[in-house]
Amino acid sequence: MGLAIKHLLDVYSLSKEDVMYILDTADTFKDISTRDIKKVPTLRGKTVINLFFEPSTRTRTSFELAGKRLSADTINISASASSVTKGETLLDTLKNLEAMNPDAVVMRHLASGAAHFAAKHVNFAIINAGDGRHAHPTQALLDLMTIRDCKGKADGLKVTIVGDINRSRVARSNIHLLSKVGCDVSVCAPASMIPAGIEQLGVKVHYNIKDALDGADVVMMLRIQKERHGGNYFPTLREYSRYFSLNKETIKYAKEDVTVMHPGPINRGVEIASDIADSELSVILPQVTNGLAIRMALLFLLAGGSRQ
Amino acid sequence: MSLIITGAHVISPKENIDRKLTIYIKEGKIAALHDSDTDPKTIDKVAELFDATGLTVTPGLIDMHVHLREPGYEYKEDIASGARAAARGGFTSVVCMANTCPVNDNASVTRYIIDKAEKGACVNVFPVGAMTLGLDGKALSEYGDMKEAGAIALSDDGKPVMDALMTRRVMEYAKTFDMLCISHCEDATLAKGGAMNEGFTSTLLGLTGIPAAAEEVMIARDIIIAGLTGARLHIAHVSSAGALEIIKSAKARGVSVTCETAPHYFTLIDSDITDYDTNYKVNPPIRSDADRQTIITGVRDGTIDVIASDHAPHHADEKKVEFINAAFGISGIETMLPLTLKLVREDNLTMNDLVARLSEAPARILGLENKGVIREGADADLTLIDMDKKYTLCADDLRSKGKNSPFLGRELQGRATSVIVGGKKVDW
Repeated sequence: MGLAIKHLLDVYSLSKEDVMYILDTADTFKDISTRDIKKVPTLRGKTVINLFFEPSTRTRTSFELAGKRLSADTINISASASSVTKGETLLDTLKNLEAMNPDAVVMRHLASGAAHFAAKHVNFAIINAGDGRHAHPTQALLDLMTIRDCKGKADGLKVTIVGDINRSRVARSNIHLLSKVGCDVSVCAPASMIPAGIEQLGVKVHYNIKDALDGADVVMMLRIQKERHGGNYFPTLREYSRYFSLNKETIKYAKEDVTVMHPGPINRGVEIASDIADSELSVILPQVTNGLAIRMALLFLLAGGSRQ
Repeated sequence: MSLIITGAHVISPKENIDRKLTIYIKEGKIAALHDSDTDPKTIDKVAELFDATGLTVTPGLIDMHVHLREPGYEYKEDIASGARAAARGGFTSVVCMANTCPVNDNASVTRYIIDKAEKGACVNVFPVGAMTLGLDGKALSEYGDMKEAGAIALSDDGKPVMDALMTRRVMEYAKTFDMLCISHCEDATLAKGGAMNEGFTSTLLGLTGIPAAAEEVMIARDIIIAGLTGARLHIAHVSSAGALEIIKSAKARGVSVTCETAPHYFTLIDSDITDYDTNYKVNPPIRSDADRQTIITGVRDGTIDVIASDHAPHHADEKKVEFINAAFGISGIETMLPLTLKLVREDNLTMNDLVARLSEAPARILGLENKGVIREGADADLTLIDMDKKYTLCADDLRSKGKNSPFLGRELQGRATSVIVGGKKVDW
């Protein structure tokens, strides 16, 4: 059995069966990273290129380690080091990579739809590592894997996502994926950060974090991008934090055993208080561990791996 | 040189003509209209005969909103290729916008366009002069000079005049020379960074939206300033239901305002944009189905006076990129007639009203007295249409250099079989 897809571009084109298959495959890869020798020959002779047009540490490192632990030849290209600064188009960059016959390209790009664009024009597998505000499918998959680890299931859980929903690909992909597996999803942010028509995805919209957290099994805090604060979405980080942060006061509204998640990197004291981020409820670091397993599974499934 | 067209069904609402007629053309004018059973030999023994049996003949269609890209962007389109595309699409006159390079903001550029059109264009070309120098919205251009050189109207199309006082001055100065102001209504601050209509689809695709409000607040402002100044205002490319409501109430109050829409606004909706197809990227953006329905109603009831293509040809390289980096615009003049005929087939428009929106009204608004009508003494600009012709649109078929059409691969019905400009059959 394999996946019904050739590329991983978004989560809404994944069937529920594919989602479960990816998660189950990831589970089987998890222990490789805990061994003394953290390498299996599964992708020996395969080439994986990490093509990153946006800065990233966590996701890029995770994909790089995933490739290396499966024995793929893995190289990284970052925008500043690439031809982009010389004015090469995305299509030309991809065609040049195609001429070198990679098996998979992991791509992050600031333009929504960049991964879809790439998939239309190349003959290798595209794994979307984030395109603009549109999608970040591996993040959503690792989040679901983490929720399943913590709660033993996803169906019927109440999940609240708090932060800049409008500009967040993590939020979009999680809304799609968690709704698909039966979660009841709410979002919370100032109205300036809620995109048009989001209710049509079946989510509830809250402007008050206490209402949003009421009875939540899982809370996902999104990073407030301090460096991209421009645009007057809210007046000050101080006031944002006062009304929209997860701290020991606001967390009381959620269920006692609420699972606290964050895609990272976290802004301590802005969207999440340090004592919450470091508490036993937090699974922020297990998310990172699962991220590696999810990416190993996807490289294995899409770059032509074999168990032999 | 004279020409006699026989056998055609002739439609000219202004003259209440909707029947078979024989049209006699001499020296570029319509010399006479005869009953269809008249023997052509008795009209003019030496005239060339054109058997148009089975075809519908209308006054030459006029597209009052096109981008011919010359001077400056000849790699997208030039005056000759744009004119061929117009003719292929059934149009005998086009009105070309000023956003060339250099901008048509002075009489020498206006004269250059007219000169190039006289030498190489197979249809009539009427240039629009820029409202402000360099389309920058900061200083008036020389309207009197441009009008004398042949500019037919004024517009900063492609860019809004954001400053309200500047807009007032534009309208006052345009009124001085009795020139029509064609307004591209878009609040640049509300539209900033947007790539498609703001709504559920933009949220799904993660693209920054352009709310209909960006169009509507500027339409409201321009209508109010037109009321203040008494200028003649024409609103370009109306795309939203809210915009139409504002225009309708202004018309009811007697403000001198007219407007146009483009076929993509009554044919497509934003949720058609799947897979980030950049051929759907246009400004104003393709809106919701509710907007589309209201635009159709406006076309039918006449709130929308004119259908114009906003023909915006681009090079393939400018569309074969990430959606946010792709150029705005649809190469539309060759699909306008079949898409409008679809409204007729679906009983949303009568054939008389089609002729009104595509010929009579543009001629009236632009002050082209001898166009938009089939009568003795009028210019012999005619469009001959095969109403039943079905074909699948393909890029090679387009005469425009711009192949950026969201309708590629679609089956269309109804097409111009030939156009006559100034009494002469045009080769495209």
